[in-house]
Amino acid sequence: MSDMLSAAFITVFIATVIAQAMPLLLAAVGETIGEQAGILNLGIEGVMLVGAYTAFVVTLTTGSFWLGMLGGAIGGVVANLAMLVLNVWLGLNQIVIGLAITLIGEGITSVLYLQNYTKSPASLGAQPKLPIPGLSDIPVIGPALFQQSGIFWICILLALGLAFALARTNWGLSTRSAGQKPSSLDAAGGSVMRTRSIAVLLSGGLVGLGGAYLALLTTATFSPFLTNGLGFIAIVITMLSRGRILVVMITSLIYGLAVAIGPALQVIGFTVPADIIKMLPFLIVIVMLIVFARSSVVPPALGTPYTRGAR
Amino acid sequence: MTTTATTDVISLRDITKAFPGVIANDRVSLDIVGGQVHCLLGENGAGKSTLISILAGMQQPDSGSIAIGGKTVDISSPKVAVDYGIGVVHQHSTLVPAFTVLENLMLGDTGVLQNKKQAAERLEELADLLGVQIDPHALTSDLGLGQQQQVEIAKAMWKGSRLLVLDEPTSMLTPQAIEHLGESIARVKAQGLAVVLITHKLREAYAMGDCVTILRGGRNVGHIGVDELASYSEKQAQDAILSAMFGDDLGAAGSDPTAADLEEAAELAGATEATRETRAIDFETRPVRLELRGVTSRAGGRDIEAEDVTLTVHEGEILGIAGIDGHGQAALAEVVAGQRSAVSGTVLFDGVDITRSGVRGRQQLGVRYVTDDRLHEGTVGSMSVALNLVIKRIGQKPFWKAGRIQQKAVDAEATRLIDEYGIRTPSAATRAGTLSGGNIQKILLARELTNGARLVVVNKPTYGLDLKTVHLVREILIEFAAQGGSVLLLSTDLDELIELSHRIEVISRGSLVGGVVNDGAGTAEKVGHYMTGAIEGTD
Repeated sequence: MSDMLSAAFITVFIATVIAQAMPLLLAAVGETIGEQAGILNLGIEGVMLVGAYTAFVVTLTTGSFWLGMLGGAIGGVVANLAMLVLNVWLGLNQIVIGLAITLIGEGITSVLYLQNYTKSPASLGAQPKLPIPGLSDIPVIGPALFQQSGIFWICILLALGLAFALARTNWGLSTRSAGQKPSSLDAAGGSVMRTRSIAVLLSGGLVGLGGAYLALLTTATFSPFLTNGLGFIAIVITMLSRGRILVVMITSLIYGLAVAIGPALQVIGFTVPADIIKMLPFLIVIVMLIVFARSSVVPPALGTPYTRGAR
Repeated sequence: MTTTATTDVISLRDITKAFPGVIANDRVSLDIVGGQVHCLLGENGAGKSTLISILAGMQQPDSGSIAIGGKTVDISSPKVAVDYGIGVVHQHSTLVPAFTVLENLMLGDTGVLQNKKQAAERLEELADLLGVQIDPHALTSDLGLGQQQQVEIAKAMWKGSRLLVLDEPTSMLTPQAIEHLGESIARVKAQGLAVVLITHKLREAYAMGDCVTILRGGRNVGHIGVDELASYSEKQAQDAILSAMFGDDLGAAGSDPTAADLEEAAELAGATEATRETRAIDFETRPVRLELRGVTSRAGGRDIEAEDVTLTVHEGEILGIAGIDGHGQAALAEVVAGQRSAVSGTVLFDGVDITRSGVRGRQQLGVRYVTDDRLHEGTVGSMSVALNLVIKRIGQKPFWKAGRIQQKAVDAEATRLIDEYGIRTPSAATRAGTLSGGNIQKILLARELTNGARLVVVNKPTYGLDLKTVHLVREILIEFAAQGGSVLLLSTDLDELIELSHRIEVISRGSLVGGVVNDGAGTAEKVGHYMTGAIEGTD
């Protein structure tokens, strides 16, 4: 059994953790931005699917993973337009709109995929690698961490950048106040409408990017209901992380670990039933919920549309 | 110093603003001059808040104009107001509790990165000007109300200001904090800024104001200029203001208001220092109605809980609980009413341990609770007034028989209570939610005080009501106590507590920190001392 724990095995294991964690990480960061501004987007599952499908189609047609990721982000932004118009501008109920977006996203992507691609199931092939000189030569960790696609690094930088922006920029301050107490932002001369609009679109872009990562890099294909509840897990992680993006990143990695550990256990000889392995990530999420749910804190204005001077 | 003081006159001309069903401002005109404190007086609903919302850019007038230094301006949004140097401290805090002081002050800044250094310098400058000390890194929710208000004032003056508007700034403050506020206002005035002070308390207007404008029913019904006010004695000013404020209601039309009328009006308007005639009742000799022994409450929420509370309320006694809003009042009220469970300690009612009995059981013993959330917890807005009046007796005879509602019995009871408590409603079948706040409060009181009430817990009973209803509600409570009922009165209004209570305990962070027997002058200061001591840690 010990020879099973070889360098190559660990390399694959780490790479799997990352591949599984990244889509969730991006989606949860996107959801965090939205929630900090006061918009609870239950449509994230649908938005992810739209992003994934758009990315899949773009990459399949152009052959470029980068264009695919861009396409996924744009797809996410477009899907979130519904939330922007119906909720932020018109003040309709966020939960209803969110569930509608999820259902529509699931439906549309499934129909389009089955229409266009079932006759000749398509795979995207291997992603382009970007070995970091020097670091990628480190044994075990090198190939796992430092031979990732450039897309991986851009996404990580994006998440870190947003963590910084939320804490240290005036944009971040406005965004957080829109979720905490929109009337304060309004009274301070900021625009709740504009702040929330930007947050919703940015959130859509990130969630779409998460879907794209899932389709292009994690699974290298698209299939109906590809996300399989990942969007809802992102909502859970967002709420447990209290708006701190660094915590979101760590929690996502734990999820990635949960997904990767099952197959790994099988490889090293534990005979675990496949059903249990499939359940593992969800079990971990449930356990996290039970343990941490009491400490989950959502912004006070989450879910409430803002009308100036409402009386 | 970036505070740019100008002596430009801000003139409001014929401002009219209507909301569905009510004209909030009806052709209001007034001039606001730099270096003066302009008091805006009037009852609740007189249109004061609407007028300043318009100045702050939160509302747009239907007609009328605003000019600054002779130039007509269009204050189309709060941002425009800030650009014109109009800073407003709203009655309800506009600070984000989860932000630090600095973050709150920087909110609305432009530029990409937060400039904490510059903000801290500006705060220091303003703190100097106001004569206060503010910790820039403290979390806003950790500050006492007086300090939060200082932050609000700093925020209003953040961009350099020509006009500072304070909306009911003293309503939640301790006497000591009010004194601090008065000093700060004087300093701001000395800088040449105009200050508009909105209040419904006459003695504040006289003490702090240079000139006074009185609003009633949305109209400007009287103005006392600077020289005039300076020449008046406090009594003269009071009479002049009161006859404007209550005009037609005082005496018969055409005749001069009588002295007695003025006195009553003065009392209504809180003109006089609230005092209570101490009645020579030794409550120690009376039986104890309610006793709490070391009660600590627990609920799932994030409320402050009651911590180790020990108190007694005697028969016929009104025990006031003073404290800053949100310091465990709701928990204390609910633990007595049975809506929240006690994890430790004992609740005794007439000597019987009721710690484990529920709401229904306590109610039948005579324990009643008038919540401060009268619109949501207190009434079901979509149900009729009649049903709301009997809703706490669901399933009980004679209103319900074999699970069926007995409409006749319900209507009879409703009619009785509507008459007795003077609830103004078109009919017993009217939906409760369509009534005014004052009438909804009367529904609650009628429901709780009828049918064998022996102890009533009231939380902020007059919050947001018009002066006449306030008066009425207080009368009802005094009458209830005079007939042997006991009252546990939780309030944030110190004047109210002093007017009604026999004793006052101060609650802070869920614990009682001190008690005062309400026996005449000095009670307010003593209570205020406990409040500040507990909160600011400067005991």
